Parts: sequence; C-alpha cells; structure tokens
Amino acid sequence: MEQKLIVSPSPHVHSGDTIPRNMYAVLIALIPAFLVALYTFRLDALLITALSVLFCVGFEYLIVRFVMKKEPAILDGSAIITGVLLAFNVPSNLPVWILALGALFAIGVVKLSFGGLGNNIFNPAIAGRIFLLISFPAQMTSWPATAIAGEATDAVSSATVLGLLKHSPEALPALQQMFLGFESGSLGEMSAAALLLGLVYLLWRRVITWHIPFTILATVALFTGILFLIDPLPQYNPLIHLFSGGLMLGAVFMATDYVTSPLTKKGMIIYGAGIGFITVAIRLWGAYPEGISFAILLMNAFTPLINTYTTPKRFGEAVKHG
Amino acid sequence: MLKSFHIGGIHPKENKLSAGMAIQPIAVPAQVIIPLSQHIGAPCQPVVKKGDKVKVGTLIGKSVGFVSAQIYSSVSGTVLKIDKAMDASGYKRDAVFIKVEEDEWEEHIDRSEALVTECNLTAKEILDKIAAAGIVGMGGATFPTHVKLTPPPGMKAEVLIINGVECEPYLTSDHQLMMEKSDEILVGITIVMKALNVQKAIIGIENNKKDAVALFTQKAKAYPGIGVQPLKVQYPQGGEKQLIDALTGRQVPSGALPISVGAVVQNVGTLFAVYEAVQKNKPLVERVVTVTGKEVQCPCNLRARIGTPLTTLIDAAGGVPESTGKVISGGPMMGKALASIDIPVTKGTSGILIVPTLEAKRKAMKDCIRCGKCVQVCPMGLNPTLLMTLTEYEVWDRAEKNAITDCIECGSCSYTCPADRPLLDYIRLGKGKVNGIIRARKN
Repeated sequence: MEQKLIVSPSPHVHSGDTIPRNMYAVLIALIPAFLVALYTFRLDALLITALSVLFCVGFEYLIVRFVMKKEPAILDGSAIITGVLLAFNVPSNLPVWILALGALFAIGVVKLSFGGLGNNIFNPAIAGRIFLLISFPAQMTSWPATAIAGEATDAVSSATVLGLLKHSPEALPALQQMFLGFESGSLGEMSAAALLLGLVYLLWRRVITWHIPFTILATVALFTGILFLIDPLPQYNPLIHLFSGGLMLGAVFMATDYVTSPLTKKGMIIYGAGIGFITVAIRLWGAYPEGISFAILLMNAFTPLINTYTTPKRFGEAVKHG
Repeated sequence: MLKSFHIGGIHPKENKLSAGMAIQPIAVPAQVIIPLSQHIGAPCQPVVKKGDKVKVGTLIGKSVGFVSAQIYSSVSGTVLKIDKAMDASGYKRDAVFIKVEEDEWEEHIDRSEALVTECNLTAKEILDKIAAAGIVGMGGATFPTHVKLTPPPGMKAEVLIINGVECEPYLTSDHQLMMEKSDEILVGITIVMKALNVQKAIIGIENNKKDAVALFTQKAKAYPGIGVQPLKVQYPQGGEKQLIDALTGRQVPSGALPISVGAVVQNVGTLFAVYEAVQKNKPLVERVVTVTGKEVQCPCNLRARIGTPLTTLIDAAGGVPESTGKVISGGPMMGKALASIDIPVTKGTSGILIVPTLEAKRKAMKDCIRCGKCVQVCPMGLNPTLLMTLTEYEVWDRAEKNAITDCIECGSCSYTCPADRPLLDYIRLGKGKVNGIIRARKN
C-alpha cells in the first residue's frame, strides 16, 4: 500500500462535542424565558432582543476583523448569547442607542480586549448591564408596565418586586405571580418558572452541572431563611428572594458562564456561595434593590484565585482500606 | 446499580463491530519477523544465527535482566537474518527473520485441546514456568507477567483481579477469548492464585458483554474463591487503578503499585497464556487480534502467530479499504497510530483498527473556554487544562505539584474537549519531562 498514513498520538476518537453545541444549547434553554418576555412585553421584547444580538454579533465581527485582524468566529454562538443575556438584563423600553453602547462595552471592552472567548475575566453581559446601570441609572430602572398589569399600574414606570420590597413591602404581588413572572422587571428575568425550565434543559444536556446554580439558590434561601426565622418580615422572606429580581437568570445563565466561573466542583461551590451571600447582602443592606449582577461580577474576579486554591479530588487521595 | 470506578470517566461509542465473530486461526505466512523487544523492559539477546533451523517453541531471544520476557519462534523454518525491522513504535529495532518451512512444533508442547485442570506445581515452579514462557500483559501494556506476580519484599497480595473489561471501543479479542476459552481461563486463574497464594479472585467484566458475564458466573461456581462482577460500561473501566477501585473500593495511592492495596491485576488473555504455558508447556507464540474498522469488509477476531505481517491479517479481513487514513495498533483511545502497516504482530497487538481519512484528522484547536469538562472526566482527578498550560509554559514545579505524573494517558480529556484541544499530547510531554526531573533529583 503506497498511500500515506496519518500518524497522531492517542486518543483517535472525539466525543463530537463542540463550542457551538454548548452555546446553542444555552440559547435553546433561554427560549422559555424569551416566550414569557414576549407575552409580557410584546413586540418590545422581540425588538430589544433582536437588536441586542445584532449589535453584539456585529461589534464582534467588526472588531475581530478590522481591529484584531483575525478570522471572526461569530457562528460559535457566544456573541449571540451575550446579546440575548444583555437584552434580558435591561428594561424592554430602553432607548436603542443606550443598548448599542452596552453591547459595544460588553463585546469590545469586556470580551475582546482580553482576547475574545475563553480569555475574558468578566462575564460580558453582566459587565455590560452594570456599565449601563451606573451610566444610565434612570433609563435602566424605569420599568414598563407589563401587558397584563398595564391597566392597573402606572404606564411609564412600575416598580419591581425588589423595589417594592425595599420601599413598600405592603404592595407586593402574590408569590405565585412572581414565580410565573408576570410582574415587571428586566426583559427576561422575571419568570422563575421559565428560567428553571431552562436549567432543567441545561442539566439534561450536560451543558452545566448543578453545582453553581444550586449553591447560589441554596445560599440565598438559607441566608434569608435564617433572618426570616429571627424576624419574619416580608423583606426576609426567602421565597420572595428566590423568585424575584434577576436571581434566577443570574444563577442559571450568567454565573454558569464557562469562561468566568471556576473549573472544579469545590471551586464552583465556593463561587456559588459567594454570589448568593453578596446578592442577599446588597439586596438587604445595599443602595441597590438588586445585587446579583454585582455579586457575579465580584466573584468573576475571584475565579482565578479560586481555581488556584481548589484542586479536584484526586484519585487515591482518600485511601480506603476496606 | 452496577459497580464502577469513582472519579470521572466517559462513554465513547462502543462500535464492537467484530463482537461474536469466532476466533479464526490465520494461515502461517511464508516469512515472519519476530522483534526482540516486545515488552516493557530490556530487549532480548538473540540466541540463534543465520541458517539455524528452528521449530515452533524454540527459544530465539533470551531475556537479560529481571524485567524482560523470553521470545520464542512462532514458526518452524530457517533463520534468514537478524536485522533491524520497524515495529509499532515506528522505530527500527532488532528482529529475527525466519523463513517458514512446514509447521513443526517442539516435542514437549502439548497441542491437544484437552483441558488440564490439575496443577501440582509449587508457587515458585509456576512463576518459573511463566517467566520461561515469555508471557507479558496481553491487554497491550506488555509488562512481563512473572515480574508482576512477584510482589516486592514485604508486600503481600490479597486478591487477584482479572481484567475482562475490554473498555476500548472496537476491540473484541478478549471478549471472544472469554467466550471460547472460559475453562482454560478459569484454570489459569487458579494457577495464578496459587502462585500468589491468594484465596480470592474477582473477574471484572463490563456489562456490555452479558454473555461473558453469564458464562463465567455459571462456570466459576465450580471454583472456590473466584467471583464474577459485572461492571458499568464506562471508560477507562479497564485501567488498572480504576478496575481495583471498582471491584474493591480501594484506591491505589499516587505513585504506588496495585500491590500496595493488596491487589494484582491480570488480563484474561494473559491468564489464557498462563494456562497454556503451565499446563501445556506452550510458550507465547500466538495471540488473538481483532481486525476492525467502520469500512473494513469483515471485522473479525483472528489467531495469529507472533511475527505475522499485519498486512496478512488485514487481507484476511477483506483488505485495506480505499478510504483508509489511519491504522491503529490497539483501540481508538490508547492505541498507537502506525506509520506503516508493514510491521509484524507482537505480543501486545490486541487489535488493528482501520480508520477512514474523514475520521482520522483532528480538528483545529480553539482557545480553552474553561468549561471544566476535562476536569469532570479525568479518572485520576487531575486538572488537564491546567496541566496543558503548565506544560506549554514549562512550569515544571507546578506541573509536578498538580500530579502530572499520575496521568494514565487514557485520553478522556482530549476526547471530551469541545475546543478540540490536544490536552493529552501536552500532558504526555510534560509528564515525561517531570518524570525526568524527579529521576535526576533522586540520583
């Protein structure tokens, strides 16, 4: 046989898993929350999400091609996710130019200036949201009335659950309403039910493990639960904390970002507990009603340190002589 | 729930195309090339010269040193020359070329099919016979068996573990051998139990071989102390440390031998060879080889004499397919890609896997996205992406601290990486380097 053989070291087979496969699975998992957003905010939700994706993918393409002078890999899906998540983190009536600025910051500064997918320290969508929140506090916190509650509430800005919790807990909606997500808030964050459905999908497809989302939710429940036992005020009610604000979106989709979360199970648990703790601290005692974004951003910064000090459980470490 | 090892693991597509194909003896070729180094350890010294007449079972390579294994002629005929010949490593090494004439066997070899169960030898005599027969680990590792059966001073074996896992995708040679030679393997087990002076043996079989599990469960009843344990289909279930963990719950510590937890592991093929050596006076001159691949016409299990050209085996399976891009000696996870198929079958050739060009090429690597999947699947509990980076930047002290030398090179990390990063390539490199540094420090 004269034909040349390919010689390479083992292994000679591959699972077939790819970066796009994981990214698109995340996008699929976001569909239920998007459907709820469409139902509550109607066309605005579609418009903001579509534009946000367009901006993120567009900026990534332009910057990679013309500034970094590399071959853009926009089809890997990561910029699309940033786009969707950024949209899910803003009010549905946000002016488009502000949204574009947020996308430029998320993609250009947070992601690409560090070298692109895999090299960024902070989650682009989270950092983008915080950038907008600090720069445009008024626009970022005036929530539209939802289509369902529209007639009853102020049409320009209706308070979020966490806002009410902080300032007028007597006006809180029913817990069941919060869980389903028909109260007001950022575009894609409101329906805990829809986001949990996404979590189930991600776990089933083995895109993520339970460690990060579970630890965040458990820490929040435990922390507020203890306070609630001591003093049963509505602002300590763990169920309200679990099902309101951006907690579920953050715990399931933002904190689990591969690039900016720890590698080991131990590390993931420390990271998740940190996020849960900081979130509650900000919610209860901080100036902002919501703290999940800041919590994730802070713990992103700790991820390299956590990776350094948590090693996976090695084979033979716990020797059993049975 | 089925037993399994406790850290990591993957489940690659099994692709056991040749499962259930009866072992076919392949015709003795016109010429054999028998390498003098077919095992881990020192190469053998040739004890024949050009023009010598040999029979099947004539010693042609004498082992030098303890960690080495004798080499016997697998054919009868005339020694043509002793010269360099390429082996699976791609290097040219010393080998004995023999022109085949007739098929004459040494007289002391019992070639009958009759099962001999009785063995009245002492442990020492058994070990000597195994050493004399040139038996090595037949799963592919080729470590001399008599060395493995001689625990270091002060150590005592408590349990013999029999590896009938065959967790490599595609390969079926062990499975088929278990189905056809169950009695011989069981007698082989009793012999090795006697050599080790242990009262307990466990046969671990992956649960995708339900027929073998059933057969051995039924037959082992007649042998006190021998148990059968079906295992979860999970790679690398057949890794030595993983198998001990799965069957006994004991984990061999980093850097230690299995004997440190009282276990000795032997492959089913090795036990069959032990049976033949001890009961039939037959040295290791042939073995079962799976010839397989998606495009191979008739995937099969062949019994071939050591030294038979791979091409002869491939021809018996229908020839080299047009689409061939890669030929692997062994399985797809840990096997070696061959530079040429003009090499002989050796003691460690468990299979020949022919891969089409389309599947033979690797994809371009992307930046690590830090998904941690390699960490999740590593059966040794290592951090492959970190070890790759440390090797890339030659940070050897940290690589050592992160236990790079524990890597068993199973390939689960590279297999699973969604960014197609060649994790094991780097880790293998770093492991070699760190091992060198550790040796230098000791001297």
